[in-house]
Amino acid sequence: MSFFTDANLARAREIVARYPSPKSAILPLAHLAQDQHGWLSPEAMEQIAELTGVTPAQVFGTCSFYTMFKLRPCGRLVVSVCTNVSCLVTGGPEILDHLERRYALDPDVTVEEVECIAACGGAPAMQVNYEFHERLTPELAEDVVDAYKRGALAPRTVSGARAGGAA
Amino acid sequence: MKPVGMCRMCLVEVEGVRGFPPACTTPVTDGMVVRTRTDAVEKIQEGVLEFLLINHPLDCPVCDRGGECPLQDQTLAFGPGESRFVEEKRHYEKPIPLSNMILLDRERCIQCARCTRFAEEIAGDPLIDFVSRGDRTQVLNFAEQPFESYFSGNTVQICPVGALLARHYRFKARPWDLATAETSCTTCSVHCRGAVQSSSNRIVRLLGVDLDPVNHGWLCDKGRYGIDWVHADDRVREPHLRVGGELREVSWPEALDAAAGEIRKVLRMHGPGAIAVLGGARGTNEDAYAWARLAKGVIGTDHVDCQMGDGLPAEVVLGVRRAEIDDCDRAGAIVVLGPDPREEVPVLFLRLRRAAKDLGVPLFDCTPVGGSLAPYAAHVARRVPGEPVGADVVELAARTARERGGPLVVVAGRPSVAEAPDATVRSIAAFGALDGVDVRVLSALRRGNVHGALEMGLAPGFLPGRVTLDAGREWFTQRWGGVPAGRGLDADGILRAAAEGRVHVLVLLGADPLLDHPDALLARRALEGVPFVVAVDAFRSESAARADVFLPCTVWGEQNGTVTNLEGRVQRVARRVAPEGTAMDDWRIASELAYRLGADFDLATVDEVTDEIAAVAPAALGATAALVRRARDGVVLPLREHLGEIVVRTRGLSILAEEGAGTSWDPIRAGGAAPAGAPAASGEPAPRTRRRRPVPARTRRRPRTRSSTRTPRASAPPTRPRCTSGTVRQAGPPRPRVTRTLCAS
Repeated sequence: MSFFTDANLARAREIVARYPSPKSAILPLAHLAQDQHGWLSPEAMEQIAELTGVTPAQVFGTCSFYTMFKLRPCGRLVVSVCTNVSCLVTGGPEILDHLERRYALDPDVTVEEVECIAACGGAPAMQVNYEFHERLTPELAEDVVDAYKRGALAPRTVSGARAGGAA
Repeated sequence: MKPVGMCRMCLVEVEGVRGFPPACTTPVTDGMVVRTRTDAVEKIQEGVLEFLLINHPLDCPVCDRGGECPLQDQTLAFGPGESRFVEEKRHYEKPIPLSNMILLDRERCIQCARCTRFAEEIAGDPLIDFVSRGDRTQVLNFAEQPFESYFSGNTVQICPVGALLARHYRFKARPWDLATAETSCTTCSVHCRGAVQSSSNRIVRLLGVDLDPVNHGWLCDKGRYGIDWVHADDRVREPHLRVGGELREVSWPEALDAAAGEIRKVLRMHGPGAIAVLGGARGTNEDAYAWARLAKGVIGTDHVDCQMGDGLPAEVVLGVRRAEIDDCDRAGAIVVLGPDPREEVPVLFLRLRRAAKDLGVPLFDCTPVGGSLAPYAAHVARRVPGEPVGADVVELAARTARERGGPLVVVAGRPSVAEAPDATVRSIAAFGALDGVDVRVLSALRRGNVHGALEMGLAPGFLPGRVTLDAGREWFTQRWGGVPAGRGLDADGILRAAAEGRVHVLVLLGADPLLDHPDALLARRALEGVPFVVAVDAFRSESAARADVFLPCTVWGEQNGTVTNLEGRVQRVARRVAPEGTAMDDWRIASELAYRLGADFDLATVDEVTDEIAAVAPAALGATAALVRRARDGVVLPLREHLGEIVVRTRGLSILAEEGAGTSWDPIRAGGAAPAGAPAASGEPAPRTRRRRPVPARTRRRPRTRSSTRTPRASAPPTRPRCTSGTVRQAGPPRPRVTRTLCAS
């Protein structure tokens, strides 16, 4: 049984055809799979292996290197809070702590701690599905996440692609 | 494997180069000056080792690798002596299974990538890979897909720490307690070189040894882990005799007397044609030779076949121009007719894959159903089962070989037992008929020592040394006292004759026709139709259970001797443990039976058998025990065509091999022991210059049971068939009869 939907399977084949070596398509296909399914499941990796002519172990090895690929189920909103130096001294850890408590039982939201996301000028900063939000306080951060939850803000995909955009 | 520079232990100083490049990934250039032991380099090595050890647990006392661990050795030789790391080490669950056989202790892994590189580059089934990043980097299999490679055991052997573990060996022994003997694996007919290790008279491990012309140090898992059966509970350890319908344990003299008595009786009443011998591909060349001599020289029957109707006719295997495995590397083209090498002769698959993938030799996959080689084949030409290879494919392969230069190697075996051998034989013939191409055949018969058995004459119409009954008649009549009058039956024919009641004694030399013969019904009728079955076996197989006399024989690991692989390479196998029970070597059983039938083989040690073969079997002339022992890579028969390939061991290496004083499989450990530049003595050990043991190779007494069908001894001294060198000592004064001990010496 195919993991990819018919439309995505066609798209996957098109992506594979772009590269001289099919193996090169592992990362874009992993994004595609994650966008379709919300996370990168073993079934997805098996089909990517099949499409790129490598073993599932090699797809697993490649994808597990990158933190943006979620190998376990996660919420549709991934909130990445920076706690690296600039954010550390401006209140990043407090934001992280607040959001972790606030959304601990919310299946829609996955809060994670990340290293520097290159937004020191706007510290403390966080990303929601890789969209930047800067100069935050714990309350402001919660407002942002809630805005996404309500639909007031349109989220990117879990892989960070704009809805309808290219993988 | 290609160098990758993972561990960084070989950082060196190169004049004019900034920094410290790793030696393993830096090609040598003209005039390059490399310094390996400067203060700076030593400081770097200490630093690298300190890092390697940061997360490495200190569980050496319970680690399988402790005592033979390259990381330990490196630490001793180049380490800083103490660590500044006082923090908590990384922790993982220990160990986790990667497959049923392989366990992984991730705490010990130093991420050298040997295992993942082996799986990808050598075996071609990368079912393990690095997962995650940073200090969480670990080798893992994919969740749903265990590391079930046919070659997974090699990763355990090349793991430089105790991260990859073999389930069957875990906690079994300490390396320094193991006794080692260099030997060859006889699970299939490739005969990979290995080191068999035992502890307390039990075989616990087989390691691959690098034999350049054969296995490059690798073993398949079937060979590596298929060793427990030697000590299996259901080994038959004592001779048995059917008394009142039941097999009862008896003494060796009783069992041998019963077998010989029945043979004598049948010879008297029905002649030698009523006696047949099946099997013999399991043992050593010496076993096969002694049984051939017993069957053909003493009993006088030619109804002898070491194949179970599942191989190729002996004429084909012995008659074609043989390829060596190394010929694949330099071939103009390789044609594979069957079977799937990865299934039947696994390490040959590694060599073929390497030739096709890494060396660019065009490979023609002409197996009926395809298999493991298809992804590497330049041309896939599926043939209809039962049909030979098409003329167009033969022509294309020939043209390819001509254009590229080099021999055309045809890998020929039976794709399946459902297919008659004709298709394979006709395909070989089609290639053999080609002009202007050097066609060589690599027989892919799989049974352990089937090629040795065929060469020793365990096939209808043949005598030892690749000679036909007619060609060798005079020569062997003089040496053995007689040979069968005419060509006998093959396995099919023997079973058919048995089913019709024309075979009165059937000897099963490790043969299990009920299980192995393609026509199981015929085999059943045959065993029902034979009044007397002698089984020489280690296990009570379904067929052997039908025996009237059961003679337990020694098996691999318990016997010394030589074996011949699919390219005709003769190598020594070594006895590492004492035989189970009172099991006897096959050759000794044959010798005992011959004695009871009135012929004294006068063979006291296995070396004497080897030397007799070297003296009488034309193709094996000169391949004495002493020569085979000294030849590092074994010797390829016939010797006169392959003299230049013989590499004689230096004294140091010879000691290494004979006494297991060292370990040659691990480059780091062997580095100090192996003397550099062992002389490649081309032609040095020419057979004519070697001194043979003065053992008369002649039957001293005429068998009492001579059959009337024998050819009378030629009056004029016969000429030796197809042989060019070697002198055979004639019988000296008869030695006093040696009292035979029943236990193997």
